[in-house]
Amino acid sequence: MINDIYREKEISGCGLSAYMDESGRRTSGDDIIQSIALLHDRSNGLGGGFAAYGIYPEFPDSYAFHLFYDDGASQVTCEELIHASFHIRESGPIATRKAFGIGPSPIIWRYFVDPKEEILERAGLSADDFVVREVMKINKTIEGAFVFSSGKNMGAFKAVGFPEDVGDFYRLDEYRAYMWVAHGRFPTNTPGWWGGAHPFTILDWAIVHNGEISSYGINKRYVEMFGYHCTMMTDTEVMAYLFDLLLRKHGLPIETACAILAPPFWDLIAHMPEEEKNYYTTLRMVYGSAMANGPFAIVLGSRDMMVALNDRVKLRPLVAARKGSIVYVSSEESGIREICPRPDTVWMPRTGEPVIARLQQEAAS
Amino acid sequence: MRISAKGLHYRTLNEKIHHLVDSGAKSLHVTHVNGQRYIGGGLQGDIRLTLEGVPGNDLAAFMDGPRIRVKGNAQDGVANTMNAGEVIIDGNAGDVLGYGMRGGRVFIRGSVGYRVGIHMKSFEKQVPVMVVGGSARDFLGEYQAGGIILVLGLGLAPGEPIAGYMVGTGMHGGVMYVRGKVEDWQIGREVKIFELDEADYKTMRPHLRAFARAFRLDLDEIMAEPFLKMIPYSKRPYGRIYAY
Repeated sequence: MINDIYREKEISGCGLSAYMDESGRRTSGDDIIQSIALLHDRSNGLGGGFAAYGIYPEFPDSYAFHLFYDDGASQVTCEELIHASFHIRESGPIATRKAFGIGPSPIIWRYFVDPKEEILERAGLSADDFVVREVMKINKTIEGAFVFSSGKNMGAFKAVGFPEDVGDFYRLDEYRAYMWVAHGRFPTNTPGWWGGAHPFTILDWAIVHNGEISSYGINKRYVEMFGYHCTMMTDTEVMAYLFDLLLRKHGLPIETACAILAPPFWDLIAHMPEEEKNYYTTLRMVYGSAMANGPFAIVLGSRDMMVALNDRVKLRPLVAARKGSIVYVSSEESGIREICPRPDTVWMPRTGEPVIARLQQEAAS
Repeated sequence: MRISAKGLHYRTLNEKIHHLVDSGAKSLHVTHVNGQRYIGGGLQGDIRLTLEGVPGNDLAAFMDGPRIRVKGNAQDGVANTMNAGEVIIDGNAGDVLGYGMRGGRVFIRGSVGYRVGIHMKSFEKQVPVMVVGGSARDFLGEYQAGGIILVLGLGLAPGEPIAGYMVGTGMHGGVMYVRGKVEDWQIGREVKIFELDEADYKTMRPHLRAFARAFRLDLDEIMAEPFLKMIPYSKRPYGRIYAY
């Protein structure tokens, strides 16, 4: 459990890069590491991380929990909780190798788990809701234990270090994914600790962020009303919970969720046709507390979708490109060209206008 | 002289460029540029740089004299506080282009990002000029204090706006010419839209001629479409901000 006094926001430079092959073709982590390595100077070695989708085809329907433990005692306590609520299909340490610049690590463990049916029934919750609740419980109440990944057939990998070294440490060259999301951190307001590196995840959602959520306080209190607890000591975490709430719980389309997070200014709404005016006015009234203010460029990963979004006044960089079935986004065009020298198209997304890549149906099944 | 930037960190590349210039090189052709920051940064004198690829942020920052040609797109912060010289970009450029620029000229064949020309300034004969072939996004000429910004809207997709929102917010000097339509609600409260007079065409013409020459475009075609002009409405829009 983390003392509330540390729960403040971060301001950061940061770099991000991501790509999704909409055809579902999987590639090793080599390219994404190369891309984020080019953006080395955007981060300062206090956090790097990746999310990879499609990496656990041997357990596609189990939740893959990735955990940091401070010590053996926290692991024992946490495993008791996991055992009580889940069938563990397989568990073990996440394979790492000695990597340049990666200091002493916590205990890093992986569990493939299925919630116990009888417990779900007793709790009256869907499996997803139950997992969210258990993850919150572990992160909030078990000292020294942090679930940093809890989705199916996907995983987050993060550490204190430069992202390319983090990728090497977790041996990402040995995984194959149809979507890779990477982040290099430049924290200035909050501690650089393993759990504070990006991505932040809950279920299949993984989010990386360059910027600062000035509305963190109001967003945090808003998601708390729905049972989400911010425990990672940085603002980005709240974005993952906002997306889970808007997309999974409230069933909104992604375009609507993005219009809630980065809505048009009232000035612009005033000049819209009646129907659009009503739409945006309604969203701003109903979901005012979910609006994310402040500078941000984010990438959201999920099982079948990659989304990149800028804040409303473009205070952080974001470039997108497409080559065949692959959609790329990065903080800098050079981050894309490093691994895709001649894309079919390159563009700078407009503020509040999401770049969306979708896994093709046949690949998703 | 040709050099390859492949795999070079920006420090190594820029040291190399400065070293070559110090030893008398007048013209450098740099291939495989990808993301290296600060190219041409603080460089002085009559030097020509040709860059193939995508140079990194702050290209030509504090540059004082050289001419740079980019055969590709540029990223953010081109010509940051540039003092003299010329940057010609064959593709698009990113955000905060010409930030605090105080002299010289920048031509972009394609479109540009947000906050372009932010706080450009001028003093007597030091008048920075920026010509954008395509469109510009929000906050064009934000806090502009001097200099000339020209946006031509060449080859825009149907319905694509030539400029975004909050154009000229906080502008208090210089001039913007836009070859297309900008509505009153798109501009900041410190600027007003005017029709051009003879003096404006006289101001624009030499820069447009040079722009057309640089990209092999037809000057008459560019001049054939109507322009509008934006200038600050008040020299000191916030003069009384602390007076209440």
